[in-house]
Amino acid sequence: MTPRKKRLMFIVAGLALVGAAVGLVLFALKNNVSLYFTPTQVYNKEAPQGRSFRIGGLVEKGSLQREKDGLTVHFMITDTTRTMPVVYVGILPDLFKEGKGVVAQGKLEDGNVFRAEEVLAKHDENYMPPEAADALKKAEAAKTAAAQPGNAPSAAYPVTK
Amino acid sequence: MAINWFKYSAPTTFYGLAGKLIPFFAWPSAILFVIGLYIGFFVAPTDAVQSEAYRIMFIHVPASILSMFIYLIMAGYAALGLIFKTRLSAMMAQALAPTGALFAFISLWTGALWGKPMWGAWWVWDARLTSELILLFLYLGFISLHASIDDVRRADKASALLAIVGSVNVPIIYFSVKWWNTLHQGSTIKFSGTSMHIAMQEAIFALLAACWLYVIAMSLARVRSIILEREANTTWVNSLLEVRS
Repeated sequence: MTPRKKRLMFIVAGLALVGAAVGLVLFALKNNVSLYFTPTQVYNKEAPQGRSFRIGGLVEKGSLQREKDGLTVHFMITDTTRTMPVVYVGILPDLFKEGKGVVAQGKLEDGNVFRAEEVLAKHDENYMPPEAADALKKAEAAKTAAAQPGNAPSAAYPVTK
Repeated sequence: MAINWFKYSAPTTFYGLAGKLIPFFAWPSAILFVIGLYIGFFVAPTDAVQSEAYRIMFIHVPASILSMFIYLIMAGYAALGLIFKTRLSAMMAQALAPTGALFAFISLWTGALWGKPMWGAWWVWDARLTSELILLFLYLGFISLHASIDDVRRADKASALLAIVGSVNVPIIYFSVKWWNTLHQGSTIKFSGTSMHIAMQEAIFALLAACWLYVIAMSLARVRSIILEREANTTWVNSLLEVRS
């Protein structure tokens, strides 16, 4: 083996080892690396109890309600399997919409209500002009008979049925 | 036509070649920047959800893609330098690092500017944002490690190791939005098709090409300076017209 090949082997082997080490660390920290828990995970008690964490999913259609003070909002976060009620006092981001992604930070209160201190809107990977969006909406309204409500969410919300 | 490629792996000959090549990358880059920005800001339609603010992606996306690509190329050159002990490879790695750091910074900065109005936060510690920040630190670490060792050959070796080890981070950045729950959205440009209006795609690809050409022109210009600096005591450098005058 020439010294050149030896050096190449050293680098390849070293890179493989480092890669494996990083992979194992990330695998062990899987839950800590994820930004939020899904309602299903919260339901299965995988989320931390008694302290602040983030919950993420889609805002359920037709679930948004505002109280008379104009600041307090109630809505439901869903991952299409489980649904979780959320209370938030504050201004919602512009992209916050029913049927769209959202990430909220806060604590679980008695009665399984999630009291959020911060609400972030999650944008999806679709970009389209308003006319195209309108056309899509009309097409969707035309086939409301179809069973699936809304567009299929992105890979961030695995649908497990 | 047989070209002796090894001839150009010597800094002496590459110096002249790089000087001749720069305009062929710099001019198309400038033209594509103008075309891409024009399409992006005047032709591409408004987004249905984000209105005008989405236009920041025409800078954000190419900068992010290139910050990752440049790192892999830099690590590749660093590995070549370690394995074959070619002087030019280490110089190319050193020349690429500042541009890579610049793109990583632009990516984070434009992302924060977009995140505030869209998500409601400048910064979140999600996997995509954090790993991109680590990429910026890897670039800065590479540059400062190289600068902190006086002996150039040792500096090359040490920073090459850092670059190679750090390349583990690049796939993590790319796949972070698939592997974990993140606030950052998934990829729009996919091999299976792109969920974007055609004019938006044209702007993004024009600017991506412009940035690529900018990177090549910039690193060629920088590698010329590095060659001059490292070979300052040789006769061929001292006999150059631009050095004598």
